[in-house]
Amino acid sequence: METYFTKEHEWVRMKDGVAAVGISDFAAHQLGDVTFVELPPLGKSVKQFEQFAAIESVKAASDIYAPLSGKIIKINDLLEESPEIVNESPEDAAWIAWLEPSNLDELKNLMTQAQYEEFRGGME
Amino acid sequence: MQLIYEQSIDGRRGVRLPASDVPAALPLPAELLRKEAAGLPEVSELDTVRHFTNLSRRNFSVDTHFYPLGSCTMKYNVKATENGAALFNGEHPLLPLLPGGEPHAQGSLALLHGLATSLAEITGMAEVTTQPLAGAHGEMTGIMLIAAYHKAKGNKKRYVIVPDSSHGTNPASAAMVGYEIITIPTAPYGDMDLDAFRAAMNNEVAAVMMTCPNTLGLFNPHIKEICDIAHSFDALCYYDGANLNAIMGKVRPGDVGFDVIHLNLHKTFGTPHGGGGPGSGPVGVKEALVPFLPLPRIVKNDSGFILETTNPASIGRTANFFGNFGVMVKAYAYILLLGREGLIRVSEQAVLNANYIMARLKGHYDLPYDFTCMHECVFSASRQVKQGVHALDIAKYLIDQGYHPPTVYFPLIVKDAIMIEPTETESKATMDLFIQVMIQAAELAESDPGAFAALPATMPVSRLDETRAARSQQVCFAGC
Repeated sequence: METYFTKEHEWVRMKDGVAAVGISDFAAHQLGDVTFVELPPLGKSVKQFEQFAAIESVKAASDIYAPLSGKIIKINDLLEESPEIVNESPEDAAWIAWLEPSNLDELKNLMTQAQYEEFRGGME
Repeated sequence: MQLIYEQSIDGRRGVRLPASDVPAALPLPAELLRKEAAGLPEVSELDTVRHFTNLSRRNFSVDTHFYPLGSCTMKYNVKATENGAALFNGEHPLLPLLPGGEPHAQGSLALLHGLATSLAEITGMAEVTTQPLAGAHGEMTGIMLIAAYHKAKGNKKRYVIVPDSSHGTNPASAAMVGYEIITIPTAPYGDMDLDAFRAAMNNEVAAVMMTCPNTLGLFNPHIKEICDIAHSFDALCYYDGANLNAIMGKVRPGDVGFDVIHLNLHKTFGTPHGGGGPGSGPVGVKEALVPFLPLPRIVKNDSGFILETTNPASIGRTANFFGNFGVMVKAYAYILLLGREGLIRVSEQAVLNANYIMARLKGHYDLPYDFTCMHECVFSASRQVKQGVHALDIAKYLIDQGYHPPTVYFPLIVKDAIMIEPTETESKATMDLFIQVMIQAAELAESDPGAFAALPATMPVSRLDETRAARSQQVCFAGC
């Protein structure tokens, strides 16, 4: 399954027509220990690159942007009680929400895994 | 150290009042009475005095140590200004608001008016309200004034632009008032990217919020241009006065095009911070925004100072009474003590001190934006991070050496940032000792990086588990 990334370090992975989104391993590492995840409301419609969630860590509070436009159809309640999952498994268990994408053409505004690795390589 | 509640012993008293020998007042209505005892600690007078004296001895303050906390302007609080504040202890804050009360409060009103006029002169604004209780409250008041201005003109505005180096309170204040935030990245020259700003500007932008010098402690060479571009879209320019200490008496933000400004009296004007404060965040505006200022507004006429209490265009009252009055007395005393020449020397010395520290530490810590700085300098611990020593570890080292750590991890755009603001009130000797300790920390990071894990070693508590403290908060005394 191809994973795409934003410049703001969110990832999105398509499965059966819906998209899981979260923050990248790199972002989780930069943030340090995550202490709180503010989840988006279920059913909310978001636009690509619009802020839809927030993450607080011991270092900073950061906005999380939607990698694709669409409707939030599922949120990861576990993160409310156990924000440390974001540090333990950012690109897998710590998915933040599932989106029902409204326009898959928007994938072309995102980076592939290889492109993202090159992009963040320049940020170290 | 025990909490005062843990020292409580049933029946112990500080003061025993004699039995009342006057008739009891009418009893309070039952619904106003407590259902259970208030749960106050029961301690003797001596217990109380020792408890608070010992607490105060653990306090860290500008009065005890060097406090180079970047962006907070922890300058010495001149004690003479405290004497001024004490003069007003007998004045009731409601007095000027009572019918016929104004003539009896002319001194206090003259002081508030005098302070507001001085601040307007220092910042190049038409008028200043002293109501806001702190910097962030000033920001919110300022953005409300901007919103009122656009509403009165029938402008349809949705966005507020902030640079990514801004204080977090800037976007937060604008969002609280209902605006969406557009963030502009920082260019390699260390300030808001002018091209990105130009591209983001549109007719729906209500305001651009700038901190000058910015949070990297750098002068922005494009301010005038940014203000001109914003004004061409009828967007207003907001000046966050957090860093005014660098330019006070040198530049008036109003002269370069800013329309609204907030000041932090507890930073620039030498009044105590936080628990020793409180704060005060006056807001100044240009002529076009004066009608929207909070009420009551202090106006001078032939008979003296009166209060304007009605004005349909005003955003209304933003604080009880007249804001934190005691702070204003101290700030006004500070301004009068220093005078025009003194205030200019404040910013000159503040900038000189910061550049001295920057120049002396440059060889030992990375300086990602290597330019002449203003009142503070921002290093990165990235060189030390390679040895596993982070900004936080260096901060802990400094605590053991008797220094308040600089601001760390801010601004966010600098990795492992260490932001140092010495202020004008520190001597070269104090700074030299601090510089020496910073160099020792850099050397220890090379020779024995593992040593930092056990620091601080001299404090009542050592390394705190910040993550656990944030994740499982227990803010209540276990016995309550």
